[in-house]
Amino acid sequence: MADKLIKGDSVVANEWTVLRLAEGELPGEAGLPFGNVLVPLAVWQARKWDLVRRHWEQGHLLGVWLGPKDDPAQLADDLGHFSVIGVHFPLAGDGRGYSIATLLRVRYGYAGELRAIGAVGRDHLHFLRRVGFDAFEVNDPESAIASLGDFSDAYQTAADGRLPWFRRAAAPALAA
Amino acid sequence: MYTYNDTDRRLVAERVAQYRDQTRRYLAGELGEDQFRLLRLQNGLYLQRHNPMLRIAIPYGQVSAPQMRLLARITRSYDRGVGHFSTRHNLQLNWVRLDRVPDILAELAGQDMHAIQSSGSCIRVVTTDPLAGVAPGEIADPRPWAEIFRQWSTLHPEFVALPRKFKVAFAGGPDDAASVRTHDLGFELVRDDQGRLGFRVWTGGGLGRTPILGQVVREFLPWPDLLTYAEALLRVYNLNGRRDNAFKSRIKILVQSIGIEEMKRRVESEWRHLRDGIQTLTDAEVERIAAHFAPPDYESLPGLDSRFEFSRRFDKEFAAWVRSNTHAHRQPGYAAVTLSLKAPGRAPGDATAEQMDSAADLAERFAFGELRTAQTQNLILPDVRKRDLYNLWQEAKKAGLATPSVGLLTDIVSCPGGDFCSLANARSLPLAAAVQARFADRAALADIGELRLNISGCVNACGHHHVGAIGILGVDKNGEECYQITLGGATGRQAAIGSIIGPSLPAAEVPAAVERIVEHYRSRRRPKERFIDTVRRVGVKSFANAAYARDFSYLENEREAVNG
Repeated sequence: MADKLIKGDSVVANEWTVLRLAEGELPGEAGLPFGNVLVPLAVWQARKWDLVRRHWEQGHLLGVWLGPKDDPAQLADDLGHFSVIGVHFPLAGDGRGYSIATLLRVRYGYAGELRAIGAVGRDHLHFLRRVGFDAFEVNDPESAIASLGDFSDAYQTAADGRLPWFRRAAAPALAA
Repeated sequence: MYTYNDTDRRLVAERVAQYRDQTRRYLAGELGEDQFRLLRLQNGLYLQRHNPMLRIAIPYGQVSAPQMRLLARITRSYDRGVGHFSTRHNLQLNWVRLDRVPDILAELAGQDMHAIQSSGSCIRVVTTDPLAGVAPGEIADPRPWAEIFRQWSTLHPEFVALPRKFKVAFAGGPDDAASVRTHDLGFELVRDDQGRLGFRVWTGGGLGRTPILGQVVREFLPWPDLLTYAEALLRVYNLNGRRDNAFKSRIKILVQSIGIEEMKRRVESEWRHLRDGIQTLTDAEVERIAAHFAPPDYESLPGLDSRFEFSRRFDKEFAAWVRSNTHAHRQPGYAAVTLSLKAPGRAPGDATAEQMDSAADLAERFAFGELRTAQTQNLILPDVRKRDLYNLWQEAKKAGLATPSVGLLTDIVSCPGGDFCSLANARSLPLAAAVQARFADRAALADIGELRLNISGCVNACGHHHVGAIGILGVDKNGEECYQITLGGATGRQAAIGSIIGPSLPAAEVPAAVERIVEHYRSRRRPKERFIDTVRRVGVKSFANAAYARDFSYLENEREAVNG
């Protein structure tokens, strides 16, 4: 677990632990570490009310993470519980998380922190931010953060709400 | 053609800066092979047999004379003076140095060019008909749509890591010179029964080791919905395409496994959320882009030019070139011209830096300064006055760009093969040369007529052998370079995947087998029947027997049966 991450435009301390189930471990029986925990979707589904009670009684914030095969629709009714949702990238080349993030933001309206975890390289930060991530667990965040500024513009809309280039005032009016 | 604005330029410049830093970090050991691999591929850089190969993007094949001169200069100063035009409009340089690629990209940016998304698991460089905008019988010019799609797909953040490459083509009409059915996603311009412009959308096509023709996923898509629909389809693919096996990751495998009806259902259901959204195209945007593709300043000319007709009558060599290398044009008095990159003994699609310069000169002198690159690995001048054709031909001949073989058997399409590519099992280029040498006689070639011969060095099928009337595929048979022959492939309206005729043959036997196939055609054809039509009528089996020079009695029996 990285002790620092990029959040928004700054490097901050990481206050969350990611819970991963061991091989054969049942979601209903997983032990929860102390503090704020991102639990796998299966654990959330199995122990939703335990987790909510833990939040009320101990003040730990609620978080969940999705793997590339998880359907974000399964969280649609629960989004209000979470302070952080993580999306896990098993490999940099597995781009399902880009669509998962887009759906969480645009389709289901999730407004909390959306964190990219796993194989997250600085060279993907610009794209990750555009599909709705605002937190990034990346190696060497102090130097990686520069890559958020790799591109100053874009043609198309995305979950970041940027208008397509052709719909912006900056687009030159058509020559009459 | 499309001219860049400040935003286009800034994005390309930022991409160069980004890649320069990525290369620096890789060379400094800060980026691992695997991490760098994803990044370099999306900037066109392969690491192959001898040396890195850089694939420079030529979106939908449009290139200006100054751009072509820049390509010549880069070919000369960063490579060994020869570039290879691929079957997807792009230019490949086989001898670049990895550490100099950022400099090449910076030079390209100076002429509004790049290598963005020319490789890797992303939306690739968009392709179209090389005669777009001048071909008679087009429903509409596909280039503005291709440019709109280029912009939308460039650096699209959601689709930077798809399961596999994703190729998109636009066709101007039903003739489909863009071959939309062999693409992951194809848009064919159509009008509905009320005359509204839109697209018939094809998906699930592709060549490679599992050749499949695309199917219609939407019969009519109104043009304003182009990008929202594409987003829906790409999202379905991104989330559902297989990622466990690179050979089963193209969208064609997804479509095969769930069926086209289920694919339609999923795309439509995703699209319901996106339709009429902010990415919906507007009249103003389409007009803005289409203005870049306005026809050049044509002179108003008669359809017949007496000087041209005179030259054609009295110079047989010129007449032969006109027959094969010029194409009908919608503007009276004009023709489109193919500058052939199929000189005998030369690798198909190869052009020297000098030839690139010559082509640029010819474009400036005779064709409004515009060129196209074609799927057939030739260059095209889209707008030439008929009265200039004779002069143009003489100049093109001097430059080695006038081989009169377009559409004929020796207009071979081929990948670079095992001489360059580390994937290839076999060396396509010497084979192409051997076939060309065997059919050097021009009169005989003309008699054989239209015949598409495609060679791929391996199952990745970069030479599109599945859609050649004769397709030749390099295979490795216990360490020996062998070739498998397919017959009956085609693109366009009658698109078809060729059928394998039988066991593969050693390289030395292939030219003779091709000759026997061609002889069989000549003996079996009806008057004016093209090779592909004879194959379809007579059947592949009869040709297979001829190819292996066996079982002629069977043929005799069949002939008797046919002739009664």
